[in-house]
Amino acid sequence: MSPQTTDIASQRRWWKALGWMAPLVLIGTQAFGLLASPPDRDMGHLQKIMYVHVPVAWNFALAFVVVFYASVRYLWTRDEKYDLLAASAVEVGTLFTGLTLILGSLWGRMTWGVWWTWDARLTSTAVLFMIFLSYLALRSFTDDPERRARWSAAVGIFGALNVPIVYMSVRWWRTLHQVQSSPDTVDPIYAWGLRLNAIAVLLLMTYFIARRYEIARAERLQEHRRDSLALGTSPEAVHA
Amino acid sequence: MNAAWTRVSAVAAKDLTAERRAKANIVAVTSLGALTLLVFGFAIGPDVATLRTAAAGILWLSVLFSGVLVFHRSYQIELDGGALEALLLYPGERWEIFVGKLLANLFVVLLVEAIVIPVALVLYHVAIPDTWPQLLVVILLGTLGFVTLGTFYSAMASRTRSREVLLPLLLFPMLVPVLLAAVEGSAAYLSGNAMGDAGAWLRLLIVFDVIFILAALFVFEHIIEA
Amino acid sequence: MLAIPAPLIQAEVARARTLAISLSGITRRFGHKWALRGIELDVAFGDLVVIQGHNGGGKSTLLRVIATAIMPTGGTGRILGKDLWREAAAIRAESALLGTTNGLYEDLSATENLLFAARMLGVRQPAERVAEALRQVGLANDAHERVRAFSSGMQRRLALGRLLLQQPKLLLLDEPFNTLDADGVALVSALIAGTRERGGAVVIVLHDLARLTMPPSATYTMTAGRLS
Repeated sequence: MSPQTTDIASQRRWWKALGWMAPLVLIGTQAFGLLASPPDRDMGHLQKIMYVHVPVAWNFALAFVVVFYASVRYLWTRDEKYDLLAASAVEVGTLFTGLTLILGSLWGRMTWGVWWTWDARLTSTAVLFMIFLSYLALRSFTDDPERRARWSAAVGIFGALNVPIVYMSVRWWRTLHQVQSSPDTVDPIYAWGLRLNAIAVLLLMTYFIARRYEIARAERLQEHRRDSLALGTSPEAVHA
Repeated sequence: MNAAWTRVSAVAAKDLTAERRAKANIVAVTSLGALTLLVFGFAIGPDVATLRTAAAGILWLSVLFSGVLVFHRSYQIELDGGALEALLLYPGERWEIFVGKLLANLFVVLLVEAIVIPVALVLYHVAIPDTWPQLLVVILLGTLGFVTLGTFYSAMASRTRSREVLLPLLLFPMLVPVLLAAVEGSAAYLSGNAMGDAGAWLRLLIVFDVIFILAALFVFEHIIEA
Repeated sequence: MLAIPAPLIQAEVARARTLAISLSGITRRFGHKWALRGIELDVAFGDLVVIQGHNGGGKSTLLRVIATAIMPTGGTGRILGKDLWREAAAIRAESALLGTTNGLYEDLSATENLLFAARMLGVRQPAERVAEALRQVGLANDAHERVRAFSSGMQRRLALGRLLLQQPKLLLLDEPFNTLDADGVALVSALIAGTRERGGAVVIVLHDLARLTMPPSATYTMTAGRLS
């Protein structure tokens, strides 16, 4: 086997287990959250939506960290696998951010009767969702893979840098203008449920990103093989 | 260092000369800014109190919408005659090109604001406050953040086939902190900063500007090519 | 994957350093199209090398890679003794490219265009050098006209004027005789001769050898990204 395929094959081994493990863990932690903590004073059991909403939110922030790391590594090494990793993290991150928005909207509907609250966290999430989307838009409008990788890395770095700034500025803005809030998570009773679910969601997200990354690498390998055919050289000579 | 500054100022001067020659462009951009103010006025309605409250927000939106046109032109002149390739072949670092274009764009956008802001004050019944020097500082820092990201992102967006939609799509989410800080800071100083919280927004603008100017200086060489 | 290739071995490096150009295995892609498919090229100082071929064969791309206007996708090379990947800025300082486009700003005058170039190049006494260059290319009378009003021949000559400001060790010309009249052709020939007299090398892309007034040291043909 060529070095490329053994690389991918060995990768498959460590995270493939997550494919069935993560959902099971998630079911377990969700059950824990639903059963082990008391119903909320105001909202009853509906409050438990936060056991999905908050861990998902924490994890999309983590996705941004992966994007930043992979983008910087790409510009440093010009090794395209980092570009594929960043893009995979963005795709999964977009999914999770969108989910956070939907769940937050649902919570607002149940609590306040409105589909949207201009709450600090939810609003920040909406902005970061748009940043993820714009990354994907740029990628789809750029055909040349090398240029696409470089530009994506730049946008990824800038977007990730902006995450704390967006949170801060929206939170200050919110304290000036009183607004309804998002799920109350301060009670320590909920803390363990949140932490456990966060880990479960992390396992799930890792699986998604790893799988997406593997698909992306396989696609890229196909393209390299096509190219080397066109060039009349071996795949290794085309890209070291 | 001296050589670098020569190149930076050469790029800035060249961009400004080209902009001045195509006078129609600045006039068009300024007109669009003023028009946006007018149209927003229609949308909000003639109630003076409402207009006054919304003034700072509408003003910055007008600047944003008309400003993006400035950034496109900055790169269009390079793409037209194949000048970008020649530009990239001169000795020197890529960030010098970025800073030169940044300074030129900054000058043009400030020029547009110099006209659009008085129009806004008039249309929205806002009096010039005592704290107008601080207001100018907010405007300057906010514009700097806007132009930094605009110059950076348009280097990419201008080369794609959907530049008109891609530049705002990339730029506006990133500008949310600047928009919030500039609008709140402007609004605070327009009413004399009674609450005293404008200083926090000022600091946010400074942090934002520093972070992204530095980031752009480092990353620009990776995104610009013939 | 784009890794920077390992440096050439000692003997190769020593040899490559004495050449104006030494390329090995240079490839370049645009999207899915491979414009350069493994270029091997050696050019010595004082040489005049001609590259011919049909449109779309990759000649312009090769010239731009040599000029470091664009980076190759793969391969190694030394231009003027400097590594293509790591010392591109140093190569740019001593080479000059006249591409298929003129690289001019249409709203600026001839003088303003050259003054900009002079300042970017760090030329001493830019005003005098620019005036001299304009005189040499026969545009002194149109110095303050906007380039937008120039004919294509005049624009080409202005682009040549920019080259005069440089005195490069490596001169790269892409279809230099296009849109030029007899005077313009003489200018290009003088430019080529001048560069070689100073010990530099010249690489020209041409589809028609007829207008070249001196015999080339070597002629290559470029077909579908390969040199022969």
